[in-house]
Amino acid sequence: MFMAKLPATIFVGFIFFILGSQWAFAQNGPNLGVLAASEEIVAWDISISPDGNGLPEGSGTAVGGKSIYMEKCLVCHGQEGSGLLNDRLAGGHGTLDGPAPIKTVGSYWPYATTIFDYVRRAMPYLQPQTLSNEEVYALTAYLLFLNGIIGEDEAMDAQTLPRVKMPNRDNFILAYPGEK
Amino acid sequence: MPESKKNIPMEEVAGNGLLHRRVFLSQGAALISAGSFNLLTARPASAQTTVDIPPWMKVPGAGMSGYGSRAAHEDYIQRNPVSALGTTGSGGSRTPLQSLEGMITPSALHFERHHSGIPDINPDDHRLLIHGMVDRPLIFTMDALSRYPMVSRIHFIECSGNSRVGFNIEPALGSCGDLHGLVSCSEWTGVSLAILLEEAGIDPRAQWVLAEGADAAVMSRSVPVEKIMDDALLALYQNGERLRPDNGYPIRLLLPGYEGNISVKWLRRIKVTAEPTMTRDETSKYTDLRQDGKSLIFTFPMEVKSVITSPSPGLSMSGSGLYEISGLAWSGSGKIIAVEVSADGGRSWARAALSEPVLSKAMTRFRMAWRWNGGDAVIKSRAIDESGAIQPSRDQLLEEKGTKFNYHYNGIQSWRVASDGEVVNVYG
Repeated sequence: MFMAKLPATIFVGFIFFILGSQWAFAQNGPNLGVLAASEEIVAWDISISPDGNGLPEGSGTAVGGKSIYMEKCLVCHGQEGSGLLNDRLAGGHGTLDGPAPIKTVGSYWPYATTIFDYVRRAMPYLQPQTLSNEEVYALTAYLLFLNGIIGEDEAMDAQTLPRVKMPNRDNFILAYPGEK
Repeated sequence: MPESKKNIPMEEVAGNGLLHRRVFLSQGAALISAGSFNLLTARPASAQTTVDIPPWMKVPGAGMSGYGSRAAHEDYIQRNPVSALGTTGSGGSRTPLQSLEGMITPSALHFERHHSGIPDINPDDHRLLIHGMVDRPLIFTMDALSRYPMVSRIHFIECSGNSRVGFNIEPALGSCGDLHGLVSCSEWTGVSLAILLEEAGIDPRAQWVLAEGADAAVMSRSVPVEKIMDDALLALYQNGERLRPDNGYPIRLLLPGYEGNISVKWLRRIKVTAEPTMTRDETSKYTDLRQDGKSLIFTFPMEVKSVITSPSPGLSMSGSGLYEISGLAWSGSGKIIAVEVSADGGRSWARAALSEPVLSKAMTRFRMAWRWNGGDAVIKSRAIDESGAIQPSRDQLLEEKGTKFNYHYNGIQSWRVASDGEVVNVYG
């Protein structure tokens, strides 16, 4: 009765408001996701993109990185990244087009940001996600230094790391979506 | 016997004894029962006959069980786990393809490739976060995901490092599964990821998503939005039951036809992005080094491929006679339209029968009748998919891709059958 007395335009508008608010959500799904709080996203989002997006506060140099490396990385990766139980991390420059290519962080990896991302998420193998951001910056700097890409005292941080150009960066061809 | 022979000529369709498949159809069966030929399987059955009643017919059998198990006689059929030095869970285990039939891989024998072991995930505490370039970042519980409409599809997953030994200078020794067992095929059931991304409101400028697992390696890969919206599945079930822990329990991203590594197991996070994240597993690994020192990145679809599973190394032939050659073919680009088999080292080829159903991006079983004359023979198969791609010979593959490629090996597999019935891997 009350509705019937309202002008038709208001009634139609009310219906559109209801539909509109529904329409803001997907039409096909049950919409059972819960809005994620920004602190939840910050805690979960550990990926770093090549432009440096996602890099945290902090910084580190190769000098600091070396002592962490000796304690936590040496057993698998050998002296100065020479490889042992696991991947060689340094050297191999200029070998990729030869008969015995040596893929290392320095000779192969296209982006320096990937070092920070991977070390932080997955290393050391037996204790992943235990390194502080400062330690990860320092280890990243040490690996870059071992490969002759930065100096021993050069600090890596959210600004400097994305600007490091890896030697093999321009030798990757996008198979998807294909060369433009 | 002579009459059967007259009705059913043993029509050769290619050299060295490949026969038309009608030899195995109903009339062929009559002919076989007439005793003209020895129909032998690659695994010869026991020749023992007896008039005694077997012991299992003389007592009531075992009771029912809550969760079944296979016959103890079959327990020798195993994956072969190999872990990297210093680890227990970094490495892989391969499907024993030579011991299986049909197109579906039993879940317990699906291949594994893990980067830091199998996490022990409590589904009540597991969450999927979708965020990044979306209007509404959303968190889903497993209970919530279970209420979404589900789809079931049969797809293979193949590790891009499968058959890598084909790059070796000398042919590797091993069974078919040892060489090619990083491929398996299951029925996967789950929720279309496109529905969840639509609910989150994906930014039209987004081109990629990062998919991340909840294992200790937090394995992550970038996936084109185009693929996600096309056919990406959040798989919750494998072959009718919840995923096994070694296949990503409780959620595995399934990207049909793409290299296996990108079907991220134990999925916890989808971040929508403009550009690829360039993770370690899509730059340092799973990229394809060419002869000239340049590398291809984002080589997603697995190429057309086939392999004869029977006979194959370890399944020796026992005497000349009629055999069925059986194998598997698959392609990341769609359906298999034909598989050709040769029994004379590739001089002549004949089309094999394809077992129904033949599905897109799924294993397809092929079969071919072969009368083995007991002499030395090289048998091989090559598959053709609906995109027109033809499985290359090893020489063609190495010529095209080089020897430093290390991934996506799909060269034709040749098996040499020696006159004593032993089968080994050979090139050419």
